[in-house]
Amino acid sequence: MSEVKRPNPLFRNLTAKLAASPMIFIVLVVFIGSTIWTVASSFTGIKTLPIFTPQEFYDNWVGWDQYVRLWNTPRWITSITNLAIYGVLYSGFAFIIGFLLAVLMDQKIRAEGVFRTIYLYPFALSFIVTGKVWAWILNPAFGLEKTVRDLGWASFSFDWLTNRDMSIYTVVIAGLWQGSGLVMALMLAGLRSIDDEIWHAARVDGIPKWRTYLQIVVPMMRPVMITIFVIVASGSVRVYDLVLALTQGGPGNSSQVPSMYIYEKLFVGALAQGTAASSVLLLATAIILVPWIIVEFGKKSRS
Amino acid sequence: MKLTKLAFALCASVALPIMAQATELEVTHWWTSGGEAAAVAEFAKAFDATGNKWVDGAIAGSGDVARPIIISRILGGNPMGATQLNPGKDADDLIAAGLMQDLTELATAEDWATILRPKSQMDSCTLDGKVYCVPVNLHSGQWMWTNRKVYEDAGIAPPQNWAEMIAAAPALKEKGIIPLSLAEGWPIGLLTEDLIVAIAGVDNYVAVYQDRNMEMARGAEFAAVFKAIDEARQIIDPKTVVPQWNDAVALVIQGKAAANVMGDWAGGEFAVAGMVAGTDYDCLPGLGVEPVLGTGGDVFYFPKSEDPEVTKAQLAMASMMVTKEVQVAFNLKKGSLPMRADVDLSAANDCMKKGLEILDNGTKVFPNNSQMLDRDSLNQINDVMKEFFSDLTITPEAAQEQFAAIIEAAPK
Repeated sequence: MSEVKRPNPLFRNLTAKLAASPMIFIVLVVFIGSTIWTVASSFTGIKTLPIFTPQEFYDNWVGWDQYVRLWNTPRWITSITNLAIYGVLYSGFAFIIGFLLAVLMDQKIRAEGVFRTIYLYPFALSFIVTGKVWAWILNPAFGLEKTVRDLGWASFSFDWLTNRDMSIYTVVIAGLWQGSGLVMALMLAGLRSIDDEIWHAARVDGIPKWRTYLQIVVPMMRPVMITIFVIVASGSVRVYDLVLALTQGGPGNSSQVPSMYIYEKLFVGALAQGTAASSVLLLATAIILVPWIIVEFGKKSRS
Repeated sequence: MKLTKLAFALCASVALPIMAQATELEVTHWWTSGGEAAAVAEFAKAFDATGNKWVDGAIAGSGDVARPIIISRILGGNPMGATQLNPGKDADDLIAAGLMQDLTELATAEDWATILRPKSQMDSCTLDGKVYCVPVNLHSGQWMWTNRKVYEDAGIAPPQNWAEMIAAAPALKEKGIIPLSLAEGWPIGLLTEDLIVAIAGVDNYVAVYQDRNMEMARGAEFAAVFKAIDEARQIIDPKTVVPQWNDAVALVIQGKAAANVMGDWAGGEFAVAGMVAGTDYDCLPGLGVEPVLGTGGDVFYFPKSEDPEVTKAQLAMASMMVTKEVQVAFNLKKGSLPMRADVDLSAANDCMKKGLEILDNGTKVFPNNSQMLDRDSLNQINDVMKEFFSDLTITPEAAQEQFAAIIEAAPK
């Protein structure tokens, strides 16, 4: 009885594994390694210079101090609240506006290309330009408010930019103006991928157009929707330059977002405070993403 | 053929000497307003005259925007040739990590300790007996600027102190003039400190910021300060708060606003606008309450380089910055006071002369905030004051307690 020599499973598909190794290395070192370093350093008291050896970590260890300070800082609470407001409103409205625009675009209108370009153009601008333009439009001293007042409506008031209760909503407005076009373009591509046969069948059955959209087309666009959601949601967590250009986080600290707090602390001698804040943000993102990943990928492997 | 050779030789004779000497140094700073840019040009001109090349790396915004960029570049191994910072604790960690060029030899050779004053500036640049930065000017933040014409048109005598300015506010508001212009961000923190100095007094300011006297920080003298800030925020319409300090100064220059509290660097803006101190505008040190002068200012640090040519150029730049001619030319444009006492400043305007007078009478001089507190704590105080200014529901008592808590937690 001669034993059949089985190839070592480690060397199966060797070429593919070799090709993937740089990516695996980057993921392990850059993403996971940096994440571990960030979380670990958030339990230290380091100020300007990063530390790397276990001994240094031991010497600088302060436990939960950075987190206690973080959650006792009113500016951080405002930042997190603002991120939630911006994230929900921006993702939600970008979805709705993008979908409605795409549906309107889908009605075989004339000069569709022109409209599509117009709606998509804001996306070609940087957040800085978008922020500056809207800062001028919304500035009560010389923007929309003054223009309408000069036209004769003397009591007209639109001071959201300088009103601390409303300033974060101006960021949402500017963000939507910039981002809705992209959502529309992606949605339109999704709508176009729906087979004409489905429309014929729905028409034969006498189903009204709006119900066809809501109950047949939308469920069929699920993969596109998920892609769009990931793009829009990750974009809203990253929001930084738009706020900087539009409100500078003001009035007061009323429109601050977490990334502004993190960036400032990282480089003005409060490094550990910055990494503590980023760890919180990382954890928050994970809490939202992990259940979704489990549900989404768990389903696929079953089917 | 002959011609080509000749041309080549000519080119070489011109190019080679330049290549041998000219070292390009990128200099980062946050001097971008009209008066500031004019002052920087003086540095660039003088440095280029030494046979090197000044590569301007201006960072728009303010120190709050520029500092993280500067520090992250040095930490990240992509240092500039030289950089502006404020005197004090901002660069301490970078020096301790050995990332900054030691200037001790040059400082000893040129005897900076004797020719540059006040002593506090050199002390800020010195760590463990070694000199790491070169102070280029003295700035004080405790000035109130008023447009005389605006007050005269309203039939009010131009105010000579903070209280008179507050008293004149209602009448100006009725005429549609902004009584006190303000910029978003750090200028609010500056106004706070100026009011501490003016109302609680220099000694109590130093007692809290430097010696961390907590009874004082929570006491009646500081309660009076927060009361005064409360008065100030009541007369400021949030719609008139502008994004940058020079916008706020411009409102005073244009006559749309009556007064502004800003450092002496605002003087550069008035000069660019062609206004004359004493006739067109007034400058009141210590907000007119008590003529005092903080020893703020600007210093230049030189990140360490492996290239000896770069080090040589860095030392040449440091030496150039404290020469008499450059000190005069730079500071006249900048509106700041020179580091040297032995220069001719007959061309200085009235405001600068007021400042020099206070400087010569050393008792009215006190350290800058960044020489007493770390940047992290200063930023936290700014955050508290920004909120206090924009949210009228925060009481002065609550703001004072938050302020005191930050002082208490600040590292020594």
